[in-house]
Amino acid sequence: MDTPYPANPVVAARPAGGAVLSIDDERIKARAAAETRQDAGFRWLLFAAAGIVLLILGAAAVSMLWGGRQAFETFGWRFIVSDEWDAVGHQFGAFVPIYGTLVSSAIAMTIAIPVSFGIALFLTEIAPTWLRGPIGAAIELLAGIPSIIYGMWGLFSFVPFMAANVLPWVNRNLGEMPWIGPLFRGPPLGIGMLTAGIVLGIMVIPFISSVMRDVFQTVPASLKESAYALGSTTWEVVWNVVLPYTRSAVVGGIFLGLGRALGETMAVTFVLGNAHQLSASLLMPGNSIAATIANEFTEADSDIYLSSLIALGFLLFVVTFIVLAIARLMLYNLARKEGR
Amino acid sequence: MNRVAAPRFFRLCGLLAAIALGSMGQSALATDVTGAGSSFVYPLLSQWSSDYASATGTRINYTSIGSGAGIAQIKAATIDFGASDKPLPSAELAQFGLAQFPIVIGGVVPVVNIEGVGPGDLRLDGDTLARIFLGTITQWNDPAIVALNPGRKLGADPISVVHRSDGSGTTFNFVNYLTKTSEAWRSKVGEGTSVQWPVGVGGKGNEGVAAYVKQIKNSIGYVELEYALKTNMSYTAMKNHAGNFVLPGLESFGAAAASANWADAKDFDLIITDAPGAQAWPIAASVFVIVYRQPKDAARSKAAFEFFRWALEQGQARAKELNYVALPKPLVQSIEKYWASEIK
Repeated sequence: MDTPYPANPVVAARPAGGAVLSIDDERIKARAAAETRQDAGFRWLLFAAAGIVLLILGAAAVSMLWGGRQAFETFGWRFIVSDEWDAVGHQFGAFVPIYGTLVSSAIAMTIAIPVSFGIALFLTEIAPTWLRGPIGAAIELLAGIPSIIYGMWGLFSFVPFMAANVLPWVNRNLGEMPWIGPLFRGPPLGIGMLTAGIVLGIMVIPFISSVMRDVFQTVPASLKESAYALGSTTWEVVWNVVLPYTRSAVVGGIFLGLGRALGETMAVTFVLGNAHQLSASLLMPGNSIAATIANEFTEADSDIYLSSLIALGFLLFVVTFIVLAIARLMLYNLARKEGR
Repeated sequence: MNRVAAPRFFRLCGLLAAIALGSMGQSALATDVTGAGSSFVYPLLSQWSSDYASATGTRINYTSIGSGAGIAQIKAATIDFGASDKPLPSAELAQFGLAQFPIVIGGVVPVVNIEGVGPGDLRLDGDTLARIFLGTITQWNDPAIVALNPGRKLGADPISVVHRSDGSGTTFNFVNYLTKTSEAWRSKVGEGTSVQWPVGVGGKGNEGVAAYVKQIKNSIGYVELEYALKTNMSYTAMKNHAGNFVLPGLESFGAAAASANWADAKDFDLIITDAPGAQAWPIAASVFVIVYRQPKDAARSKAAFEFFRWALEQGQARAKELNYVALPKPLVQSIEKYWASEIK
């Protein structure tokens, strides 16, 4: 062995010939086998991680369906379409909570989507670099505020403000309009669907805008700069370059926020009014699925009552699933139209 | 670095272990009694528990999980006693081998938020209250309210009703009173720990109702007296069964408990709303303790009953401090007689 570096297989192999080579060859083979094993193990680990998600999802759905079977058996389809919720007469229908969940989330998204767009575009396209960090951090901090804080702020600060300043104006102006008038007519309690929707909207803004900001940052600068070079305005760059490039991720971000709005419990409970009444007006109190469960679970004193609450949980699951499925379908159609 | 830290670390572990063992030893000496249920009685029970622990060393662990959950837990025998704002019927008690007795009296008060109306200013009766909560009386200057309040100026403001959104013993006693005094309420809504409210918004817990009533002008809700006093709300005077207007308070709650017909109530299954006494508050409520007739663990059961005896005989002064009403003497005697005859 005249080489000073026997540890290096390449250097060692060249002068010493076959014997050394075969030893190192085996070493390499053994190492390759170990790495293959390791890699297979890693693959299984990843499969398991993904499997856990499916397992939890499936287990949650099945156990809620099982827990709610008594309600589904007793009331059948009426459970979904009936607006009755009578713990004394044991008559339960989920229409009011389902309606309240969908309407409050719709109001929330109407507010949150444009605002989040604005925040994300400002941060990626317009804001001076020194401002991006602080505003980005502020948004992430907002996302960390517990929902009960939003609820208490909503009840003690925002509700009186709505009752005194906003709702009388809404009543006077929007309430008199044809078609949409009935939506905005009612006593200015401050507590109700509209307030709940606005609070929810404020809550989901950080989620949507931080996702949007992250994906807007992935648009290659060369694309944007080319568009600017062709004389595009900022709006044209955003509309024709940034958005098409990031569309599926943006929709994903919006639905992350929507999922949170649909399932939000504490903040909604505080400002929604928790009344099982169906009303056309957005100013009137209503109820949501999550709020109903949180309010009534501890004192559900009959089997059918408890079963109905669990069945509500299952319906929230189904509602969320349907909404997400519609989103996927929309994305799929968009992609097909583009011929991708 | 590690070598230096290791002995210190072990020493710390040893110290922690010693502390843990020490506290375990202590808790093993005294018999712990566990109970759960009514949130109404929680402030009093936790005060009693600390008084009793310092006097005797026996600890009472009480969790405030709501009356319904308390009943479910005692039926499942996971606790030594349950506490409920609503009595169980005798037949149900017999079915599960349970016994029950009242431990303390409280009361529910209607509270209003009307400009210029202070505590005790507004007078209502059961039927009017029921019609407000049914939504058939919609304005504060309704003839029925005006007739009860001669000389008081009430505006044509729309009434906003606030009720509990969660099931509760408070709701149970309140709607039980409405059921007793209003035929319309009985047939349309009925009674229970949560009911189908015809109108209004729901607040979670006493504090939720109190917050809503404070937020919404011209609203009416109902809370336990303690909350009305603590948050300076305007409670109403009520016309009782005897036809007198009474204010909520320890005396009128006590009068309700004293005038109620406990003697004929098997297993103390009696709701003391709409009590006949001349000065009785019409929406008084008792909290019931539910135990096993044939205890599964004799030592713990004995400890629990020593605590209840202490609570009924010596703890009642403390109850008064916290705005609960002591049980009338004859009732305490009949409870002790009940223990002797019913509990093994």
